[in-house]
Amino acid sequence: MSNSYFDKNVFNKGKAFIPFITAGYPDLNSTKKFVLALEKGGADLIELGIPFSDPIAEGPVIQHSSMEALKCGTTTDKVFNLVEEIRKESNVPLVFMTYINVIFKYGFDEFFKKCDELNVRGVILPDVPHEEKNETEEYAKKYDVDIISFIAPTSNERIQTIARDSRGFIYVVSSLGVTGVRDEITTDLGAITDIIRQTTITKHAIGFGINNPVQAKEISKYTDGIIIGSAIIKLIDKYKDNAEEYIYNFAKEIKEAINS
Amino acid sequence: MTNGRYGEFGGQYIPETLMNEIINLEKSYDFYKKDEKFNNELSFLLKNYAGRPSLLYFAKNITKDLGGAKIYLKREDLNHTGSHKINNVLGQALLAKYMGKKRIIAETGAGQHGVATATAAALLGLECEIFMGVEDTKRQALNVYRMELLGAKVNGVESGTGTLKDAVSEAMREWSRRVDDTLYVLGSVMGPHPYPMIVRDFQSVISKETREEILKLENKLPNKVIACVGGGSNAMGMFYNFISDKEVELIGCEAAGKGIDTKMHAASITKGSIGIFHGMKSYFCQNEFGQIAPVYSISAGLDYPGIGPEHSYLYKTGRAKYVPVTDDEAVGAFEYLAKKEGIICAIESAHAMHYAINEAPKMNKDDIIVVCLSGRGDKDVAQIARYKGYNIYE
Repeated sequence: MSNSYFDKNVFNKGKAFIPFITAGYPDLNSTKKFVLALEKGGADLIELGIPFSDPIAEGPVIQHSSMEALKCGTTTDKVFNLVEEIRKESNVPLVFMTYINVIFKYGFDEFFKKCDELNVRGVILPDVPHEEKNETEEYAKKYDVDIISFIAPTSNERIQTIARDSRGFIYVVSSLGVTGVRDEITTDLGAITDIIRQTTITKHAIGFGINNPVQAKEISKYTDGIIIGSAIIKLIDKYKDNAEEYIYNFAKEIKEAINS
Repeated sequence: MTNGRYGEFGGQYIPETLMNEIINLEKSYDFYKKDEKFNNELSFLLKNYAGRPSLLYFAKNITKDLGGAKIYLKREDLNHTGSHKINNVLGQALLAKYMGKKRIIAETGAGQHGVATATAAALLGLECEIFMGVEDTKRQALNVYRMELLGAKVNGVESGTGTLKDAVSEAMREWSRRVDDTLYVLGSVMGPHPYPMIVRDFQSVISKETREEILKLENKLPNKVIACVGGGSNAMGMFYNFISDKEVELIGCEAAGKGIDTKMHAASITKGSIGIFHGMKSYFCQNEFGQIAPVYSISAGLDYPGIGPEHSYLYKTGRAKYVPVTDDEAVGAFEYLAKKEGIICAIESAHAMHYAINEAPKMNKDDIIVVCLSGRGDKDVAQIARYKGYNIYE
């Protein structure tokens, strides 16, 4: 799976910075501005969250942003419209992050067809482990969209199986528990990414808990990319629809830190 | 791996962080369910601690009053802690102990599963934390204190709608934070495989006893077996050993709240559609974009937007049927059973009672209905009083 879309467009400019934001928080217009600001700040791939009512893998920060996005009327169709708008101005690599019920209910075929039309080449589903992947992947492959696999600190002997079957890139979960800002990450990440590298040429990125440039740089030693979500959502919590400039600066700092 | 499918329903839709532990749970369960020592210890506890077998009681007064089928009540309300929940909890808590876990966590709606879990933890010397929606902690304040009295820590869950579904989500999140020494003791026949199977197995004692008892008393099988369904654990336990008796009609009563034409209900099968949530493919109350709907019932124990996958399968294959029962109807049955039979049942069980009261007069005098009286109603008395307009607080 060399020379995949992700290798050529995301992991081709040093260590990749992969931010997450919730679509529709605080509103869909702001999300568009934030995506463009993140791109300008140096983001290599942006995870766009399609909000779900009951996100079981998220901590309080992303839970709250999802609830707010739904309250202001965000739907799957409106997120597709948003990406259509974004695509008029930018071809920045995007993946959707959501929960399986959202795409099951939309219809797998319809959903991935839309992804293809909008040049969204990956989908991240935290409640779909390796065992349940076939159901979605069958449709995703048809439209050249990758289902991104997770590897967790508890994966142990599963690491190789998951890595072998991975497509796009691998999302390595830094810590136990849910998403959210952490002061300290204690997992032996080097040991995990070593096994991944020995098993596959698919690139990987580490997420969950990373929130500042120093920590990002430290973690980036072990991996090809850094994923940050809650820390950015917290900027949006604070500055609402004026968060654009803060998000741009944050992206710039992180991208520079992990490549310095 | 069997993947735990019931037709298209079930599965294991959970984060990777929990997968190894779920696999470990399935392996451990497969091992201990055949282990003599484990089974002896569980049988001993069910008999000497929980008080099994529970009575199969012939409700003579209401049978006479309704003038139709004979009504029998399977008295799960007489178990220790006052509901069927103890059957499953003793099994899972003992399993936790055999697996070397030091701590158990659980979700609770009405508080019955939380109380049962806290009880088993106290008995077996395990640490215990319960997750309960903040709305439910208000509706069932006495049960919160009861759990604390038993040594458990109760966490009020503020996220989402602050009810049972959010308690389940938070218990799953907590489990993913601390998997090594902790077992999540799930309270119903739902969630990722192997939970629907484990909980069904531990609850199937209800129908195993009922089947033997009714054959002894009446020398024939019942015409109808009726139970209330939220997640569906007492119903699954009540149905299981009758599934292959095709002549026995199986009926699950869902919470219709203020009516299935309003938005205030929790009728997953009557009004829901197929979805994937909380680890399983099944029927859920949800909107067109797959957002889980806020649900409502007077009964905190039925206030859940989904139903266990094996129920979805029984429904889809036509083996069981599922009917909606409103708050008003359940309260009516609650009062009727108290006045006529001297039994104050849980408001959950009153949903099943209502359906039996409706059906019995249409049936012959030698027909038999068995209702699973899943719990006792002490916890509901103050709330029912307020529902009826009395200003009574616990």
